[in-house]
Amino acid sequence: MSTAVDAAPAVAATAPRRTRITASKRRQWGAAYTLVLPFFVIFVAMIVVPLVYAGYLSFFRKRLIGGTSFAGFENYAKALTDPLFLSGVGRMAIFLVIQVPIMLALALFFALALDSGTMKLAKFSRLAIFVPYAVPGVVATLMWGYLYGPDFGPFAQITRELGLGPPPFLTRTGMLFSIMNIVNWEFIGYNMIIIYAALRSLPAELYEAARVDGASEVRIATSIKIPAVRPALLLTVIFSVIGTFQLFTEPQLMRTLAPTVIGTAYTPNLYAYNIAFVNQDANYAAAIAFLLGIVIVIVSYIVQLSAQRRERRS
Amino acid sequence: MTAKDFVGEVGDASAQLRADLDQPVAAGRNPARARSSWLLTVFMLICVGYFLLPLFWLLVASTKSNADLFSSFGLWFAEFNLFENIRTVLTTQDGVFITWAINSLIYAVVSAVGASFLATAAGYAFAKYDFPGDTAIFAIILGAVMVPSAALTVPTYLLFARAGLTDTYWAIILPSLATPFGVYLMRVYAADAVDSALIEAARVDGVGELRIFFTVAFRLLLPGSITVLLFSLVATWNNYFLPLIMLNSEDKIPLTVGLALWQSTAAAGSGSQALFSTIITGSLLSIVPLVIAFLLLQRYWQSGLATGGVKA
Repeated sequence: MSTAVDAAPAVAATAPRRTRITASKRRQWGAAYTLVLPFFVIFVAMIVVPLVYAGYLSFFRKRLIGGTSFAGFENYAKALTDPLFLSGVGRMAIFLVIQVPIMLALALFFALALDSGTMKLAKFSRLAIFVPYAVPGVVATLMWGYLYGPDFGPFAQITRELGLGPPPFLTRTGMLFSIMNIVNWEFIGYNMIIIYAALRSLPAELYEAARVDGASEVRIATSIKIPAVRPALLLTVIFSVIGTFQLFTEPQLMRTLAPTVIGTAYTPNLYAYNIAFVNQDANYAAAIAFLLGIVIVIVSYIVQLSAQRRERRS
Repeated sequence: MTAKDFVGEVGDASAQLRADLDQPVAAGRNPARARSSWLLTVFMLICVGYFLLPLFWLLVASTKSNADLFSSFGLWFAEFNLFENIRTVLTTQDGVFITWAINSLIYAVVSAVGASFLATAAGYAFAKYDFPGDTAIFAIILGAVMVPSAALTVPTYLLFARAGLTDTYWAIILPSLATPFGVYLMRVYAADAVDSALIEAARVDGVGELRIFFTVAFRLLLPGSITVLLFSLVATWNNYFLPLIMLNSEDKIPLTVGLALWQSTAAAGSGSQALFSTIITGSLLSIVPLVIAFLLLQRYWQSGLATGGVKA
């Protein structure tokens, strides 16, 4: 207290100004908090709280006799040795390794082709490739499901005319690829648009000189354009990782066409759904959901890390 | 027309100009380039065929009676029965399809307008104000972009069940309002779209901070907001997992869950084979509004996406 009194005369000259600044600053802070608050409240209620609640639930177990009791890491230990859960995660890893590179390579190729200015009907092609994104996954799966059909699907009609057996779209080995095809169909255009938008906003000077020097469009694409849109590519990879591990709609609906091929644990998300709503085991479902989230964060993190490392090396 | 579109169009024009200028100078390489463009165009059109194939099938199948659906070739027309099919879709089960469509519309529009407004306000605040805790709060929001929404759906359901919110409109709208990526996108967008000098000038004129946002900044943020709005609209309209879990009553479910319900009834057999042409025509009707919205609002979402992709 006494030091404050001692210091007072020295501060006196600047004090009014400082309080005025603080008042204006404080008004600005107030406005900033007012603008952020509505989103933040929803964000906490709809994302943070469910996340924490899932974490909390995952540490308990419910028995018919004895009710709910603390279980420690029991649910996690169970999940990590649960062949159904692990096979689902493994299936999604295969999906990730095959489907995502195909999808993103095609998206990148289409974006570069549209951006190169060397093709006709570019605008029509761009919209046609993007349009599946506006189609709900439910409808996309229904359409492809009919197309795949072994009895009345057009592909089966053609192979029958040719004297061949029905195509193996809905068999045990074919199913994963059939679902990959549906996801590719839905999302190549979306990823293409993200990459294309990034390409479009590159300054022309960036490759003008190369073009004057006689570099081919392919060379310009690989040496200049692709490195320049790396942030957009990283974004598409991360979104694809997140999307893949959450796969639900497509396998859930394909199940009605091929119930013997797609089990209740075909994807981890389908498994969590069945545990929660068929088995009524919310605690174990929460642990599965939580583990799935951790897997996604780890894989996304590895992707980011390797992208950064590559950037540093080049 | 937005600035980004303008740049894009100038880019198109200058590419054209460049191609023209190339003609006399690089005459020797001309044939090669012309051929590559022809090859590329043909290849791309084949790919476009792949993307349009299921939609073409859907259109063709919607015009067929249930009998023709199974007896005629799938990729060509038979007897034209589209209007009869549409009538059946709209009248089956006392017109439940219309109820589902209205539900989809309510869920999508309310969620998208709300999510877009919340993201715009928050993104603008993060871009234009320094306030205690801004970096920490933003880091938390950005981290949540990676949280899979599907992992949240089951716990959200359990919480909503306790609060008595399941099987209500809120069960779909509230979770759809939280779009962390929208906030990120609007922050990047606001940083460029709203000139800080403009805010400062308004401040000097004595305009209150919130009025600056609503009267000055909001208009400038609109293209970005429409991008967020459109993508939330698609996400909610197309959502299946959340409404499947949250809703029980058939008069509250959206189109996606309704069509899947019909499909599982039809696939299960039991004399409901007649549903197939109804499901197909219903699917066609359900995708028309979004496809139109995307085509009409192209210039907005393309410029908005450019912002997110470039700076990510």
